[in-house]
Amino acid sequence: MDRFLFLTLDGLSRGAVYAAFALALVLIWRAGRIVNFAQGAMAVAAAYVAYSVTAATGSYWLGFAAALLAGLLLGAIVDVAVMRLVDHRSPLNPVIVALGLVLLIQAVLGMVYGNEYLPAQTPFSRTALTVGGTAVLSPYDLFVFATVGVVGAALVWVFTRTAIGLRMRAAAFAPEVSRLLGVNVGGMLTLGWALASGVGALAAMLVIPTGLGLHPHAMDLVFVSAFTAAVLGGLDSPPGAVVGGLGVGLLLSYVSGYAGGDLIPLAVLALLLTVLLLRPGGLFAPVTARRV
Amino acid sequence: MGGDLLTVEALAAGYGPVPVLRDVDLRVPTGTIAAVIGANGAGKTTLLRALSGMLRPTAGRILLDGRDLRGTPVEQLVRRGMAHVPEGRGVIGELTVAENLRLGALWRRDRGDAARALDEVYQLFEPLAARRRHLGHQLSGGERQMLALGRALVGRPRLLLLDEPSLGLAPRVVAQTMALLRRLRDDTGLTVLLVEQNVRSALAVADQGIVMSLGRVVLAAPAARLRDDADLRHAYLGF
Repeated sequence: MDRFLFLTLDGLSRGAVYAAFALALVLIWRAGRIVNFAQGAMAVAAAYVAYSVTAATGSYWLGFAAALLAGLLLGAIVDVAVMRLVDHRSPLNPVIVALGLVLLIQAVLGMVYGNEYLPAQTPFSRTALTVGGTAVLSPYDLFVFATVGVVGAALVWVFTRTAIGLRMRAAAFAPEVSRLLGVNVGGMLTLGWALASGVGALAAMLVIPTGLGLHPHAMDLVFVSAFTAAVLGGLDSPPGAVVGGLGVGLLLSYVSGYAGGDLIPLAVLALLLTVLLLRPGGLFAPVTARRV
Repeated sequence: MGGDLLTVEALAAGYGPVPVLRDVDLRVPTGTIAAVIGANGAGKTTLLRALSGMLRPTAGRILLDGRDLRGTPVEQLVRRGMAHVPEGRGVIGELTVAENLRLGALWRRDRGDAARALDEVYQLFEPLAARRRHLGHQLSGGERQMLALGRALVGRPRLLLLDEPSLGLAPRVVAQTMALLRRLRDDTGLTVLLVEQNVRSALAVADQGIVMSLGRVVLAAPAARLRDDADLRHAYLGF
């Protein structure tokens, strides 16, 4: 029972990161109907910026802030310099371009930093605290929960309570009408990319220290897990991304705890396949009549 | 009052290589209602799309209050005083009534007047006030019409472009809409260019009738003349 509790809490902590990363995917999907397959590589690039800044200044927090800033900037640049120029009439085009971007970013990172695992530090201890003899959460887990919670709440607030959030939603739902009402639709799309990429960078900063360390491919499996989470929740649904993320985190924690960590990639892909077969619209997708 | 708010000179526009509008000239004096009428495919909607910048003209000029609109981005036109209520009315179904209306005034610097305009719209369209929190796609056709019009009015436009305001609505709602347009013209000096298939209701409200056929303006005349002159009606409108 102790073990089950530990795995559950560990899964939720892991799931919080997947939720953040899935949320980033949902943001871009809602803004531009693109699944950003480059999000993992972009987030890793931001984490490398943090590594450099921390190495130069000795401060984890400066590096952390630099990663978020780099994430925001990189998202805006990818939209303006790459995605804006892609012909979106075929949904395959942006996907291919995003995959190309993955290769480019990972190759550049490998050239600059090398393809070795670099150590990634945490600001708080990862040793689990014990309550009444039972190992529960580590201070770092609490930090992860708090950070993801704050960012999630901030996003909800921006999108539902602010003028810029209303503009972003309107631009996503009805670009043409929004322009007639004075909304700079292209600017809103860029802002959406920036926000999503910033959230992605945050997720990378949170999850990379819990794995083997910093590497150009450090987010590959996280991306697949978060993509599964986003599809599970429904790509259109931000609450779905959060629930999906926590669900995938729990599942992977149980799989690795009871069946072995080697099975994680297999479990992720099996889950993704099951969701795509049974409910491709996701759990939170509104039930719609099939268009014929 | 006085002068033309909208002047269109030798306008040509189309989709890709297919020209739809050719050599369109028209004038809408300030504080008047002009009705563009004509058969399906005459180019009426294309004209509105070219006027509001959704479609880039291939030739000609569009002047709003004497200023050439060439090169003005679509999202800036609303700041120049132009409001376009598109075909199908463009209510954003995923947003609430209140959000749709707020969106219409977000660009405005004068927040005080924007709030006043919003209050006026809620008074003008009482059903909207009762349904503030409903989503756009939960509204009836008549309510959508109100929302689309209200969303344009919170921007206090000088020129209102309306695409088929009577489409799919009950005759009573159409009559109410037309009466409202007349009242806005008389009370606020609003200038309206509306596109209609419903010739009778359009001519009943308009000061000027502009008849289009195959992408050209074939006749621009006082609406009263088009209503009353049977020969003219037969020749241009076929009834």
